[in-house]
Amino acid sequence: MTKDHNPNVEWDVIVVGAGPAGSSAAISAARLGLSVCLIERGRAPGSKNLFGGVVYPAILSELIPNFLEDAPIERAISRRVTMAIDGNRSTSLVVDNPNWVDEIPNGFTVKRSLFDSWLADQAVKEGATLLNATTVTSLDRSLAKNAKTLVYTDRGDIPLSAKVVIAADGANSFIAKEAGLFSELSSHHYTLGVKRVIELDETTINERFNQPDSLQGTDIEILGCTMGISGGGFLYTNRSSISIGVVLSLDSFSKSKVRSEEILSGLCNHPSIKDLIKGGTDLEYGAHLIPEAGKKGWPELYSDGLLIAGDSGFMCLAAGIWLEGVNYAIASGDLAGRASAQAIRKGDVTKEGLSIYKRQIDESFVGKNHSRFQSAPELVMSPIVQNKMPKLACDIFDELFKVRDPLPKVGIPKAIFSAIKANKISKKELIQLGIRGFRSFK
Amino acid sequence: MTPDNSPKIVFNRPKTTVAPKKNDQIIVDDVLENVNFRISSKAHIVLNSTICEGCSDRRCLIACPASLFVETSNGSMIFNYENCFECGTCYLVCNQEGAITWNYPTGGYGVDFLHS
Ligand SMILES: Cc1cc2nc3c(=O)[nH]c(=O)nc-3n(C[C@H](O)[C@H](O)[C@H](O)COP(=O)(O)OP(=O)(O)OC[C@H]3O[C@@H](n4cnc5c(N)ncnc54)[C@H](O)[C@@H]3O)c2cc1C
Ligand code: SF4
Ligand code: SF4
Repeated sequence: MTKDHNPNVEWDVIVVGAGPAGSSAAISAARLGLSVCLIERGRAPGSKNLFGGVVYPAILSELIPNFLEDAPIERAISRRVTMAIDGNRSTSLVVDNPNWVDEIPNGFTVKRSLFDSWLADQAVKEGATLLNATTVTSLDRSLAKNAKTLVYTDRGDIPLSAKVVIAADGANSFIAKEAGLFSELSSHHYTLGVKRVIELDETTINERFNQPDSLQGTDIEILGCTMGISGGGFLYTNRSSISIGVVLSLDSFSKSKVRSEEILSGLCNHPSIKDLIKGGTDLEYGAHLIPEAGKKGWPELYSDGLLIAGDSGFMCLAAGIWLEGVNYAIASGDLAGRASAQAIRKGDVTKEGLSIYKRQIDESFVGKNHSRFQSAPELVMSPIVQNKMPKLACDIFDELFKVRDPLPKVGIPKAIFSAIKANKISKKELIQLGIRGFRSFK
Repeated sequence: MTPDNSPKIVFNRPKTTVAPKKNDQIIVDDVLENVNFRISSKAHIVLNSTICEGCSDRRCLIACPASLFVETSNGSMIFNYENCFECGTCYLVCNQEGAITWNYPTGGYGVDFLHS
């Protein structure tokens, strides 16, 4: 098998998956002079990918400093709303900050079919070879220690071969699973995102979301809209469409008797949301998994001739107020590309030689934030936060703003304490929640 | 589902209007009309419905966001792979070993998101 195959199919690095992690890995590996083959199963990069979606580009701007010149940006987020829903009521925290769209935006919406193709193009510009419409079916790692991993695809029987394979194949992470890098995996490590894209003209979106122009956009994160199932909702504005969806803890959802589209329908019909999407036309619908477990779900990130990056390594940070995966994918992909180059240069692509990747992950914001917030996903998905907090927030503000003349006003502390009492939250629960909250997010 | 052999390619389907009406409920079959699929003649997910016979909770029925698992009137399970989002939910929620054989479709086939 080793001698007789085409030298064209031997690469320094083969990257599986041209999502943000894979393309970033390909960019940095190619920049460091390696021969790189980037393999994507979709017709084009992004065609299999669905997210909320806001890209937080601080790290992208380090990889591609001039990305603003041609990245396919929909709108830069200048308004961020956190909304708690209870019944037909809602209570929101609105942050308007036009400065977020200055120079490098804090976050911007994209359509993944365009964004992922653009990022993969950058890898091609750096010299990587992109193979679209090719599904990697398995790896033969028997010679991995000797810098020869065979990569089988559904395009013919001859495998490709690489010194290092970077698995950036997304949430289902079949490559890491096949390689036995997960110690335990179950549905409670995942959430399911279901999303609907509704077309609306630009000016209507600007008016409805109080946006001065079509360059600025809105991000609404919603709690209390998932019919008792752990999860949340989101709404983002694109240039001329709106993304609206729900994220459901797979464990809690699969045991319920409610279908995902019923939950999403409920959100779309909520009085605080309904008029925002009114009169639009359905443009697309879809679903995708999110590896939500945080660091507790991480597999081993490296093995002989193999590195795991992005969602396939569970590096998405999904902790309630934050849903950030693309930036973590870009950062880990970049580090995987660099670590491959270092290991190949040293002539040691064994597990030992590639362990530098894990060290670099640990030292980067990816590792640091994941260590720091490793209890956050669990807390955000816990029954008290999920089932009691949205109602409590609505009750407190309801109480504060209700005018009860001729009865005297209740003071703020009383409004808060009577709402806590009415929601049957005990002092003990409250203190525990405070401590957990402080520990999880400090 | 036994797939036919001629590759049926449905791509860039004309957009139907499923506007959110007052108190509209999302009907999966309707919204699926707006999604592009390039359907392979080969099923990427295969259901062994004999194993499903012994399954009492049938989580796939509720959990599949594309509603591709259906219970027939005699209680047996049928599955159509064609409008699959390739999300992975079904194999994760199913707790009967061997009921679902799950693979990605042949490269270039399957769901093709344009706006997500
Ligand atoms: C509903 C939802 C909302 C989200 N919202 C946000 C958000 O607002 N902001 C944010 O930053 N993140 C968000 N995320 C998370 C974010 O989408 C992911 O963290 C990110 O896409 C991970 O990038 P990746 O490159 O690791 O994986 P992916 O983007 O999944 O890319 C993996 C790629 O590998 C390809 N592939 C897989 N297997 C194979 C194979 N065998 N052969 C060849 N190719 C293969 C796939 O086709 C795909 O292109 C959201 C996710 C979801 C589901
Ligand atoms: S696919 Fe799994 S969950 Fe669905 S009916 Fe069959 S055994 Fe049950
Ligand atoms: S992968 Fe997702 S969309 Fe496809 S059949 Fe399974 S649950 Fe349904």
